[in-house]
Amino acid sequence: MTATTTPELLSYEDALATYDPVMGLEVHVELGTKTKMFCGCSTELKQDANSQTCPTCLGLPGALPVVNETGVESAVKIGLALNCSIAEWCRFARKNYFYPDMPKNFQTSQYDEPIAFDGYLDVQLEDGEVFRVEIERAHMEEDTGKSTHVGGATGRIHGAQHSLLDYNRAGIPLIEIVTKPIVGAGERAPEVAKAYVAELREVIRALGVSEARMEQGQMRCDVNLSLMPKGSEKFGTRSETKNVNSLRSVERAARFEIQRHAAVLSSGGSIVQETRHFHEDEGTTTSGRVKEEAEDYRYFPEPDLVPVAPPREWVEQLRAGLPELPLAQRNRLIAEWGISAHDMQSIRNAGAIAPIVATIEAGADAASARKWWMGELARSANEQGVDLAALPITPVQVARVSELVAKGDLNDKLARQVIDGVLKGEGTPDEVVDKRGLKVVSDEGALSAAVDEAIAGNAGIVAKIQSGKVAAAGALVGAVMKATRGQADAARVKELILEKLGVSEG
Amino acid sequence: MTTETTDNTENTVNIIKLTAAEIAAEIAAGELTAVQVTEAHLARIEAVDEKVHAFLHVDREGALAQARAVDEKVERGEKLGPLAGVPLALKDIFTTEGVPTTVGSKILEGWIPPYDATLVKKLKAADVVILGKTNMDEFAMGSSTENSAYGPTGNPWDLTRIPGGSGGGSSASLAAYEAPLAIGTDTGGSIRQPAAVTGTVGVKPTYGGVSRFGMVAFSSSLDQGGPCARTVLDAALLHEAIAGHDPLDSTSIDAPVPPVVEAARNGSVRGMRVGVVKQFRGEGYQAGVVQRFDESVELLKSLGAEVVELDCPTFDLALSAYYLIAPSECSSNLARFDAMRYGLRVGDDGTHSAEEVTALTREAGFGPEVKRRIMLGTYALSSGYYDAYYGSAQKVRTLITREFEAAFEKVDVIVSPTTPTTAFPIGERADDPMAMYLADLCTIPTNLAGNAAMSLPCGLAPEDGLPVGLQIIAPAMKDDRLYKVGAAVEAAFVEKWGHPLLEEAPSL
Repeated sequence: MTATTTPELLSYEDALATYDPVMGLEVHVELGTKTKMFCGCSTELKQDANSQTCPTCLGLPGALPVVNETGVESAVKIGLALNCSIAEWCRFARKNYFYPDMPKNFQTSQYDEPIAFDGYLDVQLEDGEVFRVEIERAHMEEDTGKSTHVGGATGRIHGAQHSLLDYNRAGIPLIEIVTKPIVGAGERAPEVAKAYVAELREVIRALGVSEARMEQGQMRCDVNLSLMPKGSEKFGTRSETKNVNSLRSVERAARFEIQRHAAVLSSGGSIVQETRHFHEDEGTTTSGRVKEEAEDYRYFPEPDLVPVAPPREWVEQLRAGLPELPLAQRNRLIAEWGISAHDMQSIRNAGAIAPIVATIEAGADAASARKWWMGELARSANEQGVDLAALPITPVQVARVSELVAKGDLNDKLARQVIDGVLKGEGTPDEVVDKRGLKVVSDEGALSAAVDEAIAGNAGIVAKIQSGKVAAAGALVGAVMKATRGQADAARVKELILEKLGVSEG
Repeated sequence: MTTETTDNTENTVNIIKLTAAEIAAEIAAGELTAVQVTEAHLARIEAVDEKVHAFLHVDREGALAQARAVDEKVERGEKLGPLAGVPLALKDIFTTEGVPTTVGSKILEGWIPPYDATLVKKLKAADVVILGKTNMDEFAMGSSTENSAYGPTGNPWDLTRIPGGSGGGSSASLAAYEAPLAIGTDTGGSIRQPAAVTGTVGVKPTYGGVSRFGMVAFSSSLDQGGPCARTVLDAALLHEAIAGHDPLDSTSIDAPVPPVVEAARNGSVRGMRVGVVKQFRGEGYQAGVVQRFDESVELLKSLGAEVVELDCPTFDLALSAYYLIAPSECSSNLARFDAMRYGLRVGDDGTHSAEEVTALTREAGFGPEVKRRIMLGTYALSSGYYDAYYGSAQKVRTLITREFEAAFEKVDVIVSPTTPTTAFPIGERADDPMAMYLADLCTIPTNLAGNAAMSLPCGLAPEDGLPVGLQIIAPAMKDDRLYKVGAAVEAAFVEKWGHPLLEEAPSL
């Protein structure tokens, strides 16, 4: 195995003072189709090893592929969303190389005829600035199986005692999206990389073609990076950091490589063209496979498949049916909700846009939908370390809580208890209200009696209020709230107290 | 039944000489049972296959079970298909669920496929009785069946000579009366050339006419399964049974099967324009082959055809283009034989890495011709060479296709000798790949263009007394023309000779 000595780094500021980074990002997205790209096997992976296989995805002698139409449709949708041209005619190609988890020892992919090409994606940085990333191509291919190397120190094939092969993943449809070289981002390059992957993930999700969960490997990113001296137009030698699998890691990997390249170059060394592995824990990369010469995959058109020729009318139908894309949606919502770009960025970072929109669609007003998701629920998700969307509460339920508050049946404090009950699995908001007996006391008689009781029992405070210290009424309100176990409308209680004492708010 | 009283040996001889059409008719009429027919052929295989070696695997139990099922259908009075109960010899390149499939290679020794090829499913659905799997050049690479890892097959006309290849086992089984029907595959002539040198009939359907699903790939863009038989009508009946669109094969044509049986029953060339290509003669063509071919052209004229001379200069490039395209595709298709999932595994003793196991297995499992083509193809696809080799070959292929299209503007069918020579002695060309490749000179252009073609007997070469094949080529999806012309030619020859050509073969 390769030595894992920590490479020399140059400080980020010094690196950027001398060099301009050039990036290329390759993102693989597993499509959420029901069946694999070239056979009828299920794409459901929660099954026993090799249970989702057939002669075709096992590459048995004689078996042939057939293209998954939904896979093509998803690819076209992605291409359109990325402002690409859609090929009128394109072919699959075989990428030939040997690896035990690849059943045919070639990957059915696309080579010089991708289904989508020449597009762009506008990505938004933290401060709201929009950076345009040019897209080279998006092409269709199949995933490989999965190898588990047992008995070695590194988990890699070299040094392993034996390896286990699971072909359930073999043939799962993938779309590979490749950017053109990203230049001109300067010191913001790592941020652009992260923002690009984030924007792309949102686009993929908005299209409904994949859940694009990076932690589950449904979306994987390779970060290619090189430096050139400031002012130069000639790209340097690049490194390819493979399988960077979170937004944060994409940013860190780019940053690390900038510092590493700069250290090598500024000390007179030269960058080796190689693949590198990213280490999540340390945020570093180490050398993988050196590419002494360009790997020869002996691409040629896949003779077992007929060309894909998406009819123009169909492409136009798909274009017309595209959903509103995330950046446009965010801009619209900023206007509709009357919030700042900064607030929207917070909502976006919290993953709250979709839940809030759904809550509004379920009847809540925008302000309260935002309030619940960005307040109580965001806190809860944060505590549990899960995505907002993973909380066991639905936008419809949040909308119901909001409705109960609006009707005056709940106050905010009670509403928080209702939400707590729903999150704890006690049922729907209405069920929690019933079970926990949470209801604002709106019976004037009962409230009036409680106020009378508080006035009678707190002569000292009453005297203060009557002497003009209206603020002291808060203590009486507290006493009433305590007596009613929080179920009174605090504003109404205060009104009643002042009314009964003949004092005006002033 | 009359058969019960007849002497058993004589009965066997009677049955094995029947055509498929006759067998089916007798079974349907209750004159013969499918079991009797199957047993007669199994007995024949038992008697002669030690000498011929047409079969790699005889599925006695499976065949008899299929035959019994047909007889039960007859008893129940069910309507039978036109080939119900007819035995068939299947080239060992099609996957058969539960029955070994070796493709003539050591690398698949012992592999039992878990699935039936589409063609096999169709045969079973048609109640055709599959006797077993026939010998072939390893991975269908060869023109003599000498490249089989399991030993050569003898030509029933002369057991010291090759039966053609790669489907020598299938054609030899027909010529040896071990089966009335057989299945072959044709990538560069592997159905037609064996048919020619064994005095039988073989058809390469239009590319995409017969499903390739379950047919172990040699060269995907050229491979085509097809029927082999002793008569044109039998070939047509089999063609109809196996053809048609298959959703599991993207390259299969989604169109009705050409009316091949109707054409075979109504043979005629009257008024047809028949092309003779200038390039299909000259150096390397045996005198007797040319003589029989010329007589065939005269026969066609006498039957009312108009003969048109054609010049197709790009056909001279076909062999070169073929030997870049086919090896290129094969280098990729055969990559899956890596010892990881099925078949042979060498070096799995805990001391070798996965890579080494793959290398040792491929070293031991592939024969020299297969290795030669994998290397040729790997080279031809390499970056820097792709354009010069694979790319240029594909351009030649396009030119040949266009030349055929232009020719078929002028003629309805093209005729040629199927192969430049008659069957050569086993071993003669084994060490000379180029000489071996020349056997497919006349058949390869059709594969490159994807057209349909047939070979049928047109006599014996005077100098060696061995069968000569006449090739008929039709445009894509006009397979019926092959049968219309073939049936007319066959009838005229049988009338001229007084009997089918195969009657002149020595008895085994």
